[in-house]
Amino acid sequence: MLSPYRVLDLTDEKGLLCGKILADLGADVIQVEKPEGNPARRIPPFFEDVAGPERSLYWLAFSAGKRSITLDWDTEAGKDLFKRLAKTADFIVESFSPGDLERTGLGYDVLTKANPRLIMASIAPFGQTGPFRDYKAGDLVASAMGGMVSFTGEPDRAPVRISADLAYCQAGVHAAIGILIALSHRGVTGQGQRVDVSMQASIVRTLHTQLPYWEYSNHIVKRSGIRRFRGGVSTREIWPCKDGFVSWMFFGGAVGTQQMRGMVEWMEGKGMAGSLSGEVQNWAALDLTKVAQEKIKSWEKVIGDFFLSHTKEELYREALEKRIPLTPLNDMSEVVEDEQLAARNFWVGVNHPELRTNLRYPGFLFQTSEEKCLPKVRGRAPSIGEHNPEIYAQEMGLGESEMDSLRRKNVI
Amino acid sequence: MEKKALEGVKVVDFSWAFAGPFIGAYLGDYGAQVIKVESHSRLDITRVTAPYKDGITGVNRSGCFLVVNNSKYGITLNLRHPRASEMIEKLIAWADVVVENFGAGVMERLGLGYDELKKMSPEIIMLSATIQGQTGPRSAFAGYGWNTVALTGIGNLTGWPDRSPVGTLQAYPDSVVPWFGVVAVLAALEYRRRTGRGQYVDVSQYETTCHFLAPFLLDYIAHHRVASRAGNRCPYAAPHGVYRCRGDDRWCAISVFTDMEWEAFCRALGSPGWTREDKFASLHGRKKNEEELDTFVEEWTVNFSPEEVMALLQQASVPAGVVKTNKELFEDPQLTHQGYFQHVEHPEIGPCYQQAWPVKLSISPLHIRPAPCLGEHNEYVYTQILGLSDQEFVEYLDQGVFE
Repeated sequence: MLSPYRVLDLTDEKGLLCGKILADLGADVIQVEKPEGNPARRIPPFFEDVAGPERSLYWLAFSAGKRSITLDWDTEAGKDLFKRLAKTADFIVESFSPGDLERTGLGYDVLTKANPRLIMASIAPFGQTGPFRDYKAGDLVASAMGGMVSFTGEPDRAPVRISADLAYCQAGVHAAIGILIALSHRGVTGQGQRVDVSMQASIVRTLHTQLPYWEYSNHIVKRSGIRRFRGGVSTREIWPCKDGFVSWMFFGGAVGTQQMRGMVEWMEGKGMAGSLSGEVQNWAALDLTKVAQEKIKSWEKVIGDFFLSHTKEELYREALEKRIPLTPLNDMSEVVEDEQLAARNFWVGVNHPELRTNLRYPGFLFQTSEEKCLPKVRGRAPSIGEHNPEIYAQEMGLGESEMDSLRRKNVI
Repeated sequence: MEKKALEGVKVVDFSWAFAGPFIGAYLGDYGAQVIKVESHSRLDITRVTAPYKDGITGVNRSGCFLVVNNSKYGITLNLRHPRASEMIEKLIAWADVVVENFGAGVMERLGLGYDELKKMSPEIIMLSATIQGQTGPRSAFAGYGWNTVALTGIGNLTGWPDRSPVGTLQAYPDSVVPWFGVVAVLAALEYRRRTGRGQYVDVSQYETTCHFLAPFLLDYIAHHRVASRAGNRCPYAAPHGVYRCRGDDRWCAISVFTDMEWEAFCRALGSPGWTREDKFASLHGRKKNEEELDTFVEEWTVNFSPEEVMALLQQASVPAGVVKTNKELFEDPQLTHQGYFQHVEHPEIGPCYQQAWPVKLSISPLHIRPAPCLGEHNEYVYTQILGLSDQEFVEYLDQGVFE
């Protein structure tokens, strides 16, 4: 879908997903690395637990399908080379500290003079301007400053994050959106522009109801473990079962009618509906926020006992049949082995001859009726400077002696 | 006036709840014309979900609805009315993009499947967002974002290692799939500009969220190692946690990745004795003695407010940040600077905020209008956009087509 476009990707872990998405969509994405390699190459875990720049699973996952060149943009020769490259680029995406590229002499103003169509996306913890623009943040700090951490975890311990660097992914996907919006504008006007992505704001955007809870009812939403505050009452979302946990919630209203009748009948069939049987005749008319918390707790006891006497698999299978929104809490093994993902051919094998292995990757971003467009992983992540000859010599026409000189000066 | 980036893009939005409507809101805020199609008989679940403005229930008063429906025209259309198809044809002929997130097969049953839409408009782009996709044994699964928290492993990955998983308060994948949906729509529009070809896009919450977890999935695929919840710890940083500060339930997040940051961290604390102990000198040592390290860090942080901890550490270029509550986000100077909360005037609830996006474009302005009331733009859309005469409009109205 984006095959005519070239991307220079200067990001570290904070932005790699942006270029990965563009590469899956067919763009030519060139990761530009300092000769010592991208910092994200140092993020564990490593393939077979042996550290090395070509073995970081983080790097492999988020740079798959890109090409790589080395270039030391702090040297004069490197700057010149970068400017030449930038003339051929449609998009640049970077995640340096705000102002770093300008100080290097490679800011947007400089690059756009030679290429007014250039679109440049910058990812930073707090965006490019404002009182916190120079503040540092990784995933945890951005997730805290974006509000998400305060809602997560148990009341008797510190608030927590999701144990994965997902804020970087949020920033990455929003950067891809910004680039595509800017591309649409460029299509009409011929003019490129800057895209400014804030990781903090990308976290705020994951909060839907928590913000109006303050704005509309001055309610500070606190972390509540496995329970979810639902306007007056809280209900349980995560339940232990025989061999793990499942996710399920009470509903009144229209949704309640759909699922609660099936749920109660199912329990009645097993003689386990207890007080839930007959207590509510009309789930559609039930306004959960008006039910006493004690009553909800008593229903939860009945439901909880029922879940405890079944396995995840039993519950999920039956819930699918009865159209009840209940799902098992999978772990990574269960995701990888999931029959739904397999049936959709979600996994795509990628060859790693250097690691002497073939690894399955999460495949397409989405499916499409237009076969040519299927956005999927294009190949393994590049090794450091793997495409120097291809890009510098073949595509840019640098001569052998020029290449040698750049190599000697450690520019590439 | 500067042209809006997506001016001229026309979207018909049949989606409801959270994950689908975000797509149209994003496009609408950047200038696309988005018509949200609802009906009185089957209200969008977010219209009937708390919180309501001033605690007063009402279909136009829910914050949930407002959060995900920026900048749309709202119309009502009873899809089951025999004459609804006449409106549908006009809508589809007008549209570039159709977005929906019903269960798999529902649009087909309504006569609104891609094949049908293509007959009405050969270049149409249609996007369906579901939990598990349009095909496969579980395509019929009708669920919610929190179901995908569970399915993807995010549920299991959140909480303390010595306790049950807690999952996320908000249905996290509801804030993943729509972003991929926006990417898909914009890329499909770009493809259509070049080739004249539309397409049908099938986007799944489960799959898109898996992309965020790719390193963990590879770790299982390569090593059969199953990632697990780790509180606030991170395998490549220490200290890395949320530490208690002075005040009632107040916390500051701190993460130290590099040796340089560690040295700066120690200096910022005034280099107390424990910071000079050998066992903390390397990341390896800090990880090995992390519990003890965390205790020392918290003995320091409890003496300060989280704002003071953040300022002290950020001055030394060490990542640190206040654990902000929903209230504190509204007062956050950075978000305020960025105009993240945009004041709008809503016809029923009056002045309120709509959120902007984490993306700012230097020359394409963002124009946010409040989410529509139910059927607010019926007359405008049916007569001005779809071209009904006033007389025809009244006729359809009387027949209950717009209910």
